[in-house]
Amino acid sequence: MAIPTTHFVILASLLFAIGAGGVLLRRSGISILLGIELMLNAANLTLAAYSRQHGQLDGQVFVFFVMAVAAAEVAVGLALLVAIYRRIQSIDVDRLSIMRW
Amino acid sequence: MELVVFYVAAAVAVVSALVAVSHRSPVVNVLSLVVTFFCVAVNYALLGASFLAAAQILVYAGAIMVLFLFVVMLLNAPSEQPTPEPRPVQRVAGLALAAITGAGALFLLLAVRVTPGVAPIDGNAVALGRLLVGPYLFAFELISVLLLAALVGALVLVKRKH
Repeated sequence: MAIPTTHFVILASLLFAIGAGGVLLRRSGISILLGIELMLNAANLTLAAYSRQHGQLDGQVFVFFVMAVAAAEVAVGLALLVAIYRRIQSIDVDRLSIMRW
Repeated sequence: MELVVFYVAAAVAVVSALVAVSHRSPVVNVLSLVVTFFCVAVNYALLGASFLAAAQILVYAGAIMVLFLFVVMLLNAPSEQPTPEPRPVQRVAGLALAAITGAGALFLLLAVRVTPGVAPIDGNAVALGRLLVGPYLFAFELISVLLLAALVGALVLVKRKH
């Protein structure tokens, strides 16, 4: 039998909350980016689940686009981290106060 | 049978996601997130999205996480040290905010009335490709511009000044 859409939605909400918790609680820049990736994956899962629910492939095309945007975001985010590390020798976001007035 | 596969994949995904956001070592974070992405790929396969399952493993578990691991090694990222002064207020506030966000997402998503029956679809590469170069052609081209901009931006950001 087919798995109900609700199951996927609940799993995606759990993953999203875990990712949000990671972004809010961690201080390492890399862990924050990992949390963002987890949230994007949770959103992708709901898109794919509702795509099956409605019997249309458009949701899966959206997942494809989100994957491409996530790849671009990771490339720029990690480049920013490398640049920050060169400046303050740390990726702890608490120590990133060089723009404080 | 499918339900058993789903429950196993979901349990592994949630546990490894928890490890990914809570462990102190960045290498453990990255590697356990790879496990989560594999479980999400299993979910795509269960949803009939075969192309997405393959792309998830190739793009996320393959390319993106290798990039993360590469940066972790490059920066020689230390394990996160416990803060000298404990900050219980921030911790509780962060956990509460994450719980509220998750509960809100769940509430909104379940508020959408779904009809009980599901239509089986086959998200293979041919069907998705026809959509990509058909109705979504403009967005597809925009994505290529975005990736180029990200590529150039990343190069400019890490370029050494001299």
